[in-house]
Amino acid sequence: MIKFERFVLPNGLKVIMHQDESTPLAAMNILYNVGARDEEEHKTGFAHLFEHLMFGGSANIENYDEPLQRAGGENNAFTNNDITNYYITLPSNNLETAFWLESDRMLSLAFTEKSLEVQRSVVIEEFKERYLNQPYGDAWLLLRPLAYKVHPYKWPTIGKDVSHIEDATLDDVKAFFKQYYCPNNAILVVAGNIDLQEVKSLCDKWFAPIPSGPDFQRNIPAEPPQIEKRFLKVERDVPIDALFMAYHCCSRNDKEFYAADLMVDILSRGKSARFYKELVKNKKIFSELDVYMTGDHDKGLLVVEGKLVEGIKIEDAEKIVIEELEKVKQELVSEDELTKVKNKLESTRQFSEMNVLNKAMGLAFAELAGDPALVNTEMDRYMAVTPEAIKEQAVTIFRESNCSTLYYLAKK
Amino acid sequence: MHILDRKTAPHFRTVDKIKIIEADARKLDNGIPVYVIDKGTQDLVKIEFLFKAGVWQEPKRLISSAVNSMLNEGTSLHTSAQIADEIDYYGAFFQTENGSDWSSATLFTLTKYLSQTLPFVKEIFTQAIFPEKELQTYIQNKKQHLIVDIGRIDFVARKKFNESLFGNSHPYGYYAVADDFDKITREDLKQFYKQYYNSDNCTIIASGKVTQETFSTLNDFFGGNDWKGESAIPVMSHIPSTVNEKEILILKEDSIQSSIRIGKLLFNKLHPDYMGMQVLNTVFGGYFGSRLMANIREDKGYTYGIGSAVASNLHDGYFFITTDVGVSVCKNAINEIRFELQKLRTELIPIEELELVRNYILGTFLRGIDGPFALSDKAKSIITYGLGYDYYQKFINTIQTITPEELKGLANKYLHEDSMIELVVGKK
Repeated sequence: MIKFERFVLPNGLKVIMHQDESTPLAAMNILYNVGARDEEEHKTGFAHLFEHLMFGGSANIENYDEPLQRAGGENNAFTNNDITNYYITLPSNNLETAFWLESDRMLSLAFTEKSLEVQRSVVIEEFKERYLNQPYGDAWLLLRPLAYKVHPYKWPTIGKDVSHIEDATLDDVKAFFKQYYCPNNAILVVAGNIDLQEVKSLCDKWFAPIPSGPDFQRNIPAEPPQIEKRFLKVERDVPIDALFMAYHCCSRNDKEFYAADLMVDILSRGKSARFYKELVKNKKIFSELDVYMTGDHDKGLLVVEGKLVEGIKIEDAEKIVIEELEKVKQELVSEDELTKVKNKLESTRQFSEMNVLNKAMGLAFAELAGDPALVNTEMDRYMAVTPEAIKEQAVTIFRESNCSTLYYLAKK
Repeated sequence: MHILDRKTAPHFRTVDKIKIIEADARKLDNGIPVYVIDKGTQDLVKIEFLFKAGVWQEPKRLISSAVNSMLNEGTSLHTSAQIADEIDYYGAFFQTENGSDWSSATLFTLTKYLSQTLPFVKEIFTQAIFPEKELQTYIQNKKQHLIVDIGRIDFVARKKFNESLFGNSHPYGYYAVADDFDKITREDLKQFYKQYYNSDNCTIIASGKVTQETFSTLNDFFGGNDWKGESAIPVMSHIPSTVNEKEILILKEDSIQSSIRIGKLLFNKLHPDYMGMQVLNTVFGGYFGSRLMANIREDKGYTYGIGSAVASNLHDGYFFITTDVGVSVCKNAINEIRFELQKLRTELIPIEELELVRNYILGTFLRGIDGPFALSDKAKSIITYGLGYDYYQKFINTIQTITPEELKGLANKYLHEDSMIELVVGKK
């Protein structure tokens, strides 16, 4: 059970506090409700580039990292298709340093050409390192536009193309900041060995003076239902064939998410999962095989991803995966299997609650999903999932016409 | 109205006193040392079993990792799938880790399921049979992993660098090829297992909610004389043989990035200069604000990331710098790295910078002792070297007191840019 208190500052900043006296640390997590889905199609990769620029100094503080490190702190950030999330941990008696730094960069960035120029190069190297110069690194660059025709999930967070990052201008940066980096578009979580009253006054002192930004209505087109099987085959300089199958599924916030999530666990979580036992161990079709959901805020994907054992034909592998998925559509999963994945989830949750930063992030995500109490109540939703509900998800999701298949083949 | 001063940093305190919770050193009835850290808010335990059965002890390439990964692939009583079913059913996790000197197997479980899951761990340590069929699957999948990894410049750079430092027949240096996997036999595994996975060669670290009852349960399963070793653990010795070349290029014509590794043999954490070198390394390349990051990423934009470390193994240690950069700036990046090394030797580290690094390291240390599992890792990294907790007091003391002059001395002694091997995978 994670106890928390929530309040909203007059400028719209949502604040959640959680006290944990067992740690000498404090964590601050700031979530900005902006991600790659908010980008324009000819300027992709921008939310993520922007995340880099957030470390290039702010209105009153030349260097973000230095004073934080001086106070014994550490920080990082990540961007995905939906959100941009920044987090800090530091000795709890230096918490005010985090307030000072985070509030100043919410107030205004320094916006220098030098910072933009350098971070463009850094992000381009990141693009190369993780997507272009990496075996199978471009798979998601291919898979997204196959599965999405309309919705901005069709491009990855890093961007569609290196040229979009090269072309970013300082005006773009300023406009983006003005639109999205304002208190009414952010969630602040402070957790750890903190005094709640003190956190409230620190919020008043550092964040309350920041003016609200413009309200905006997110106007993202829904992806129309897929009506026929999609297929793409590429050859690349990789040693082994890989198979990707992406099915449209629900959003992280839909009530059916819990059944779909447990279904994925039954298929693919750990060595006792069906895919591992049947397709890796017994039939030796794949050397690695994974099933996961993207868990996005809009309707996401359920992806089967595997590397084939040498000598296995990819068409056969695909057929065998489908046979395995058919079983979930035809037969109810056993009570034992379901109890197993529920138990695993319960212990995973307990483990994650040992860490104050995890708890802070969990609270921020839950608030974004509509209710911070979800961190405590979500487990009940998982526990209520029945074998029937899982079968229903399987029937809904695992249809040929709902699938985008990518054959990622080794160049002969 | 009071106007908020946003220019001045709020007052902060440096971490001056760190109180590390020490593990309680106990023993099972058969003498197995158990280090207990009874702390934490959740009803969970982590039980880590350490065996001196790392790469160092291998009679033949890859045997220690194969045995370690395949411990739970079948016993005389249960198949691999049955074991997985049982462990997963209780929501527990069984993880293995193969290291240079030690190998470990760890059970994470809700305290309430400890007595249901521990019997499987015991069985895994005493009755594993390494079925031929499972071994063949293991070999096949590992070979597949390897041929994918060989396509990664950073992987090749790491392997080739270690090989250059230690030599291809040294356990810290060998670069296994597909052929080496084919040479693994079931007999090798059974022998290594029998020799090393027994109560005479085991150390346990138990953390989380470890009550007296937990300890008794542990003793019931592992404290008997039913899993003793049959012969003494062999003393192995290996001598590094470093290559003579200072510049090594592994050409990848079509690569758009180059992976760079620069470094040299050094020493491990038992050496009196190790702690000072940790401070020097942090300044140089050990954190986000380091000189390497500030220059090569944040000023030049040559890379997504660059870092350096002093790596410690039980019998040796080494210093290395690692980064992936665009091929067109590879030479420039190497020059900048050399420039930064030279600067460490010729200029004193400004007090301001050193104070920052002191605070940063102490903050990191504080994060590293937060919670029972973190404390368990801290215990492990002294136990495996035969050190006591005074090591950490000395460490903190060194961080707080080392001077710029001493650090410059260390740089001159150990980090001369011409003493390093420069290895590039990609294009220069």
